[in-house]
Amino acid sequence: MNEKPVMTEKYLGLYKDNIDKISGRSSPFINTFRADAFDKFSKLGIPSKKNEGYKYTNLSTFFDHDYESYFMPVQADFLKAEKFRCEVTDLDAHGIVLLNGFYPTLKEKLVQLPSGIWIGSLNEAAIRFPEIFEKHFGKYAKSETDGLIHLNTAMASDGVFVYVPEGVTLTRPVQVVNLVQSDYDMFNQHRNLIIAEKNSNFSIIICDHTLSPQKFLTNAVTEVFVGENAHFDIIRVQNEHNNACKITNTFIHQERNSVTSSNNITLHGGLIRNSTYHILAGEGAESYSYGLFLADKWQHVDNFVNVDHVVPNCTSNQLFKGVLDDMSTGAFNGRILVRPGAQGTLAYQKNNNIILTDDAKMDTKPQLEIFADDVKCSHGATIGQIDEDALFYIQSRGINKREARLMLMFGFAHEVIQNIKIEPLRDRMDNLVMQRLKGELSRCASCMVKCG
Amino acid sequence: MLVINNLKASIDGKNILKGISLEIKPGEIHAIMGPNGSGKSTLAAVLAGREFVKVTEGTVTYFGKNLLEMAPEDRAKEGIFLGFQYPIEIPGVSMVNFMKTAVNEHRKFKGLEPLTASDFLKMMRDKKELVEIDSKLANRSVNEGFSGGEKKKNEIFQMAMLEPKLAILDETDSGLDIDALRIVANGVNKLKRPDNSFIVITHYQRLLDYIVPDIVHVLYDGRIVKTAGKELAFELEEKGYDWIKKEIENTVS
Amino acid sequence: MEKDQDKIISDVTTTEYKYGFYSDIEMDRIPKGLSEEVVRLISAKKNEPEWLLEFRLKSYHHWLTMKMPTWPNLKIAPINYQDIIFYAAPKERKNTGNIDDIDPELKKTFDKLGIPLQEQKHLAGVAVDAVIDSVSIKTTFKETLAEMGIIFCSFSDAVKEYPDLVKRYMGSVVPYTDNFFATLNSAVFSDGSFCYIPKGVRCPMELSTYFRINSANTGQFERTLLIADEEAYVSYLEGCTAPSRDENQLHAAIVEIVAEKNAEVKYSTVQNWYPGDKDGKGGVYNFVTKRGMCKGENSKISWTQIETGSAITWKYPSCILRGDNSTGEFYSVAVTNNHQQADTGTKMIHIGKNTKSTIVSKGISAGRGQNSYRGLVKVLKNATNARNYSQCDSLLLGDKCGAHTFPYLEVDNSTAIVEHEATTSKIGEDQIFYCNQRGISTEDAIGLIVNGYAREVINKLPMEFAVEAQKLLQISLEGSVG
Repeated sequence: MNEKPVMTEKYLGLYKDNIDKISGRSSPFINTFRADAFDKFSKLGIPSKKNEGYKYTNLSTFFDHDYESYFMPVQADFLKAEKFRCEVTDLDAHGIVLLNGFYPTLKEKLVQLPSGIWIGSLNEAAIRFPEIFEKHFGKYAKSETDGLIHLNTAMASDGVFVYVPEGVTLTRPVQVVNLVQSDYDMFNQHRNLIIAEKNSNFSIIICDHTLSPQKFLTNAVTEVFVGENAHFDIIRVQNEHNNACKITNTFIHQERNSVTSSNNITLHGGLIRNSTYHILAGEGAESYSYGLFLADKWQHVDNFVNVDHVVPNCTSNQLFKGVLDDMSTGAFNGRILVRPGAQGTLAYQKNNNIILTDDAKMDTKPQLEIFADDVKCSHGATIGQIDEDALFYIQSRGINKREARLMLMFGFAHEVIQNIKIEPLRDRMDNLVMQRLKGELSRCASCMVKCG
Repeated sequence: MLVINNLKASIDGKNILKGISLEIKPGEIHAIMGPNGSGKSTLAAVLAGREFVKVTEGTVTYFGKNLLEMAPEDRAKEGIFLGFQYPIEIPGVSMVNFMKTAVNEHRKFKGLEPLTASDFLKMMRDKKELVEIDSKLANRSVNEGFSGGEKKKNEIFQMAMLEPKLAILDETDSGLDIDALRIVANGVNKLKRPDNSFIVITHYQRLLDYIVPDIVHVLYDGRIVKTAGKELAFELEEKGYDWIKKEIENTVS
Repeated sequence: MEKDQDKIISDVTTTEYKYGFYSDIEMDRIPKGLSEEVVRLISAKKNEPEWLLEFRLKSYHHWLTMKMPTWPNLKIAPINYQDIIFYAAPKERKNTGNIDDIDPELKKTFDKLGIPLQEQKHLAGVAVDAVIDSVSIKTTFKETLAEMGIIFCSFSDAVKEYPDLVKRYMGSVVPYTDNFFATLNSAVFSDGSFCYIPKGVRCPMELSTYFRINSANTGQFERTLLIADEEAYVSYLEGCTAPSRDENQLHAAIVEIVAEKNAEVKYSTVQNWYPGDKDGKGGVYNFVTKRGMCKGENSKISWTQIETGSAITWKYPSCILRGDNSTGEFYSVAVTNNHQQADTGTKMIHIGKNTKSTIVSKGISAGRGQNSYRGLVKVLKNATNARNYSQCDSLLLGDKCGAHTFPYLEVDNSTAIVEHEATTSKIGEDQIFYCNQRGISTEDAIGLIVNGYAREVINKLPMEFAVEAQKLLQISLEGSVG
């Protein structure tokens, strides 16, 4: 990690050349983090395979490329964003569109919903609500090993801000549609901050899409604060083309007795890396972390999960699954850390993978690091194929082999999907997964997004 | 409907079935009994089309067709149903979806339109009632987390849904308490018609108190060593399998 | 219960290491430090042929280019390689092989350790190679074994008597460039055991090597080479102890196993190097490279280890499953108490078709001990139908210790099935209560439970040593926790 590859130099240069421009449009508070983050990034660099957390993921094909860097939306972008509509049947959601990492609406930059809920632009929130913003921004996204988090802090200037005040239940989920579109190969970063105050209850859906066939690299950081006794769900649906790289880093900080779930559904994408950090910082907190990916062709999907049991009596559960076809590769990197004194911890982790071809490859690294004794922790990981006995059982009921295989793969995937609590979204995911397994283009019928 | 002639089969090179001949006519209930390891389940596996059992000799003709050439799903659509000794758990696949696919495959085979969702659900309800299965089971994943008895009842339920011509019940009675046994047996009796047949594979005579067979075969060491009417089952219950073993040894020596 | 536990933990931490004595044997030592001269000197002292000296020098020069590795979960004080004596041997060693020619003080040492140098002693079914510091002093049953064509002797003797075998196999499984400590060993290794089982021979007795570090400031660098030719079988066991000293002593060994077609090798270790005192002072650094190659079809290598000693244990007895249908096994119990640290596990590399591997690891942490399982299961592209099952359990006794599990599963074949399971929990209070209710003290109950927990692994040991291992477990954790 000491040697500074050319790859890292490129991004150091990018920062130096553009920091004035970036700072000029950002709130002063966000700017206070940049210099320090830049220092850390220059020490850690772009993670290489020597970095234990990136052992199975090679970022160079995407990082070692000359992109047009995207720092500011232009007028035409606003029109594109306005046009986009997502129609998941029956999904009644508060929609937000981010284009290339910015909140490009011509109207209000921040919208207030009933009961004092705010959704809108991160940068705008930093200016409008300094008190709330400064309490949380930059507090949870921390890493001693991953330079990409610091790269984001150093350079990102907008993204989504969601604030749900104490005691408020939001019955409609918030849906954030991340669009990437450009006539040039493009690198962009954005930053989200989600605050669920005490006793609040809501869900957010994040959909990642690419709208044009250029090569894209996105590095996103999302910080989530979940207050005492609050309930929060985050569902991420990824459907990007094979020439796009999406890196998401989500940090969920939980207070006492809060319950959260995170669900990453990766349907399509060139290189996907989802890092999810669960910080159980209040007693009685529960976290559920799910992930599913379906990869084919040359795709690579890497799920990294870190569950940090900081205090006693918390519960965590991880379930990650992958189906690998063609020459695709996948990685799972899951860690349960039980800190000294975190007695009464219950932590469970499961990773199952199906490899369909001899050219596909799966690497998995589930880890337990336990520093307290009164705990129950376990994990299991498998890499294998479809169960032959189950296949025969289905065939013996008159269902042909192809259909039986599909059914089994669907069942395999559904075990992750079934944890999505929003019914229309769950049904839609089941449909998309089924289409994907059948090898069809899996996109919503009415969606303008061209995936695959 | 089914004619088995000198059937020999092996698993991993080990000969299990050593020449079985058997004929089943429409409307008959055959019981196949025998001690553990005699080849009862292997016979069921061959008829349903499991690949790990290799047929080395003999023929199986089903309504004039060569059964051994058919894929498992085609056998099923032709009306062969296997009630598994150990039904498989399939997480993530709901019973409703599983059965709907199976029923519609059967209908397609017969040239019928697929059932509408409401017709299908009605059919589920009716059959559930018929076999006295807890309706909650139908909302879960296939066999997942079912108790032993629930799995067996689920097999009978699926049989009711698919209305086979020839049902092979492989030790459906094992591991059942008396109430579950009664439910399973009643299900079978209700589904009995003059044109369909059953092969009931069992270790004990107990099930045959409820399902009265027309013909009882005793399978021993890969061969049918005795065939008689239902009274044979009682005789076996009384004298045990040792009686048969001795009889065979005597004839051999 | 709390109080009881504290008391028991404190009992555990004060249990004494019973092999910590030092024997006053007249020794031939070379000066401290490592240089090309030292490497040449070791080779000269052993009257080695030129090819072996070349191997050592090649290794030494390669070592100079390497850096000591660091691990996230081990705390290792820096090692000064110029402060270690790389060769120490009891003086006046005679090559007669006659028991009467051995220094009586040495004989006393091994008697005290319970290792019989006389062949008629109680462990009659076991042939022993006894190694003290840098040299082998006595190999028992050599002649009996020779009648069957089995070669069992010190590594030094093998170099002289069977140079072709040594040349052919040494470094074939663990190349001299393998890792920092293996390379160091390749440069300075002193002695060790050599064993060759010819075609079709089942070795009729357990072969064993007993390693003893005696001298101060001395590193032990032994090297063991075990070859089972086609259709051969051998069960091999090693044991080790060292005096209690305040400074850390380095033990960097290499074990290489080759199993040809249809051969089977069982390799068992009962490792009880000095673990350091209750404050973590002293103790052996046990950095060992052990690897077996299932070279031929249907071959099998099985590692069993009971690791109770050493301040730091770093070892991953591994199997390279090259032959089709070959099998690798790893059974391990590792105990860390006081300030002990263990980072141990295995690597199963599936290369051949239908290869199978099984991993059972049982970690027990007490005091401030840190215990990590680190293992790799790798299935290569052509390893059709490879199967692996791993079960890694950790038991925690007390709230200041740690238990960690780091499996790596890398699968590149669609017909492979690889499964890993692990659990971490503390000893069951209801189990202890159940025992208490039957009149068993908490201390004994813990002994019972821990032994039950480790039974699956202990049962894999040759019978004579299973009892020993069980006692050792009990001593290492005397009456542990709840």
